[in-house]
Amino acid sequence: MGRLKFATVWLGGCSGCHMSFLDLDEFLFDLAARADVVYSPVGSDIKEYPEGVDVCLIEGAVNNDENLEAAKTVRDRTRLVVSFGDCAVSGNVTALRNTIPDGARMVASRSYLEQADLNPMIPQAEGIVPTLLPLALPVHAVIPVDVYIPGCPPPADRIKAVVQQILEHGTAHLEGRQLKMG
Amino acid sequence: MGQRITIDPVTRIEGHAKITIHLDDAGQVADARFHVVEFRGFEKFCEGRPFWEMPGITARVCGICPVSHLLASAKTGDAILAVKIPPPAEKLRRLMNLAQIIQSHALSFFHLSGPDLFLGMDYDPKKRNIFGLIEADPDLARKGIRLRQFGQQVIALLGKQKIHPAWSVPGGVRDPLSDEGRSWIRDRLPESKATVIEALGRLKAVLDQFTEEQLSFGAFPSLFMGLVTPEGGWEHYDGHLRFTDSEGRVVADRLHERDYRSFIGEAVQPDSYLKSPYYRPLGSPDGMYRVGPLARLNICTHMGTPRADQELWEFRDRFTRTVTGSFHYHYARLIEILCCVEKIESMIDDPDLRSTHLRAEAGVNNLEGVGVSEAPRGTLFHHYVVDENGLIRSVNLIIATGQNNLAMNRSMKQIAQHFIKDTKAIPEGILNRLEAGIRAFDPCLSCSTHALGQMPLRVQFVGPDGTVYDEIKRD
Ligand code: SF4
Repeated sequence: MGRLKFATVWLGGCSGCHMSFLDLDEFLFDLAARADVVYSPVGSDIKEYPEGVDVCLIEGAVNNDENLEAAKTVRDRTRLVVSFGDCAVSGNVTALRNTIPDGARMVASRSYLEQADLNPMIPQAEGIVPTLLPLALPVHAVIPVDVYIPGCPPPADRIKAVVQQILEHGTAHLEGRQLKMG
Repeated sequence: MGQRITIDPVTRIEGHAKITIHLDDAGQVADARFHVVEFRGFEKFCEGRPFWEMPGITARVCGICPVSHLLASAKTGDAILAVKIPPPAEKLRRLMNLAQIIQSHALSFFHLSGPDLFLGMDYDPKKRNIFGLIEADPDLARKGIRLRQFGQQVIALLGKQKIHPAWSVPGGVRDPLSDEGRSWIRDRLPESKATVIEALGRLKAVLDQFTEEQLSFGAFPSLFMGLVTPEGGWEHYDGHLRFTDSEGRVVADRLHERDYRSFIGEAVQPDSYLKSPYYRPLGSPDGMYRVGPLARLNICTHMGTPRADQELWEFRDRFTRTVTGSFHYHYARLIEILCCVEKIESMIDDPDLRSTHLRAEAGVNNLEGVGVSEAPRGTLFHHYVVDENGLIRSVNLIIATGQNNLAMNRSMKQIAQHFIKDTKAIPEGILNRLEAGIRAFDPCLSCSTHALGQMPLRVQFVGPDGTVYDEIKRD
C-alpha cells in the first residue's frame, strides 16, 4: 500500500478518544512515516474535510445538526469509516440526555436559563451555534460504519492494533477482549 | 452592521469552536468573537443519579483533564459526607493532579501550540501541526511527546488507566502507588525535568520573533483568580481562592469555594454555548477575570520549589510583577510543569504513598457540597445538591475555560484589529494568529460546555442584510 490518507474527526464526545489516540506517543512517528494525516482537529489545520480519504476515526455521538452534516461528509469522502470509542459506537455519555423527555430542550434550559445570572437565554445564533438533535445518536444510526473500536476511551494499544491492521491490510477487525466497552 | 468573516473550525484546540470577525460599513474590523458550538447537557442528565457515580460520569465531561473532574467531584463528595480524607489519600490525589497538569500542559505546548511557536504562524497550514513538527524537529517533538507520556503514565500507575481512571472517590482514593510505580516515576523524573528546562530555553529564544503577538494576544488589564496556599503560594488542589488585579493588588482573598455564588456570576451570550462567568461585585464585563497558568502565577507570591521559583523571578523580571499578556500563558505553562516535576520529585519517596488507609467511610451528612480543584486551565467548581439517599437533585459546574471567555473574546478583537490591515485580502497566517490567540489560553471546550461540531474554515463576507457577498475557503 502507498501512503495512507488518514483523518480523525470529533462529534459529540469529550475528546478523550482523541487523547487516547495521542497516547500512541512515539508510535505517532511510525504513523507519520507511513500515512498523511490529512484532517484532524488535534493534528491538522486543514479546515475542509478532503476528498479521497482512506480511513477516518470518528469520535463522539451525533449530537447536533452540524455533527450530522459532518458525519455525512466523512462518509461521502472516506473509504473506511471507523466508529471510534463508546460515544460513537453506542451514544454512551452523550446519549444520557436521551432518557429525559424532551431532553434537548431540558438540558439546554437547565444550563442556560436556570443556571444563569445574566442574560438567561438558549444560545441560537443563526449559522454559528448548531442546534441539538432531539436524540444523540451513535454514528452507525446516521451513516454506514465499517469498523468499531469500543472503549471509553479505547486504550492506545487497541487503537494501535487497528491502525496497524489498516496499514497492513487496508481494513481492521477486532476480537475478544479488544471488543470490551467502557 | 457590516460584514462577517468566519473561521470554522478553530483547529489545534480541545473542542469545537468558530471565530467571527465583524466589519463595519467602512470595512474596518469592528469586533471579533469566539463561539463555542458544543453542548451535551451534563448538568441536567446527572439528576437522579447517586453522587457516588459523579466522579466517573463527570470525568467524561472532558478527556483532556478528566482528573480535574475526578478530583473536584470527589471533593464535592467529601463535603457531602462531611469527612476529612486521610492525609495519604490527599497526597495521592495531589500526585495525580500534578501528573495531569504536566500531561495537559505538555499537550498544549508541544502538540498544539508548538507548531506555531517553532514552525511559525505563517508556516504551510498543511504541515503546521504535530506531524509537521515531527518532520521538522523530531528531537523536540519526541521530547514533548515523552513528557506528556510521563504525566499520563503517572495517572495510569495510580488509577489503572490514562484517561477516565475510576480512582478518586468521595472520602478518598481507591489504591496507593505500587513500588514498581514509584520506581518508574523516579526513573523518568530526570528526563522530564531536562525536557521542560530545555523547552523553557527554546521558548525564551523565540520570544523576540513574537513581539507583535505579545502586544496583541490578550494584552490588557483584568482580574486574575485561582487557589493559593494559606501563605499565598502557588497551589493546585486545595487552599483558598484569591482575586488580584493587574497591578498585583489583592482584590479579594481567603474566599471559600462554598460561597462561589457570592463572588462569581454566570452570563449567557446568544452566540456561544460557553457561558461567561464574571466577578460578581463588579458585574459583567467589568468583572472579567482570567484563570489558568498565567493567573496562578500572577496571584501567588512564590511557586514553592527551587527551580520553578527561579524561573518565576526571571519571568517577573522580564515582564512585570503581574503579567497581563495572554501570549505568556505559554511561558507560565512551562514554569508550572517545572514546578509539578519538582513537587513530584520531593514527594516520591514519601512512605504515605504506599499507605492502605485511603478512604474515610461515611454516609450522607450534608445535602449540599461544593468542591474545587485547579484544573490545568484554571479553577474548576463542582456543586451538587442531593437528597437524603444521596441522589443528585441538582448540579452546577463552573469550568475553568468558561472563566476565560470574556478575556478570549476581547483578545479576538485585539488581535483582529492589530493584524488585519486590509479586510479584502486577509492572509491565511493572520487568520491563524486569531486561532493562536485562542490556543494561548488552551481552552478546553469539551469541558466548558460539557459537549463537541466541526466543519471547514470558511471566510464569509456577509452584507448588513445577511447576503453572502464572497467566500474564501481555507484548506
Ligand atoms: S467514548 Fe468516552 S472517552 Fe470517548 S468521547 Fe465518549 S466519553 Fe469521551
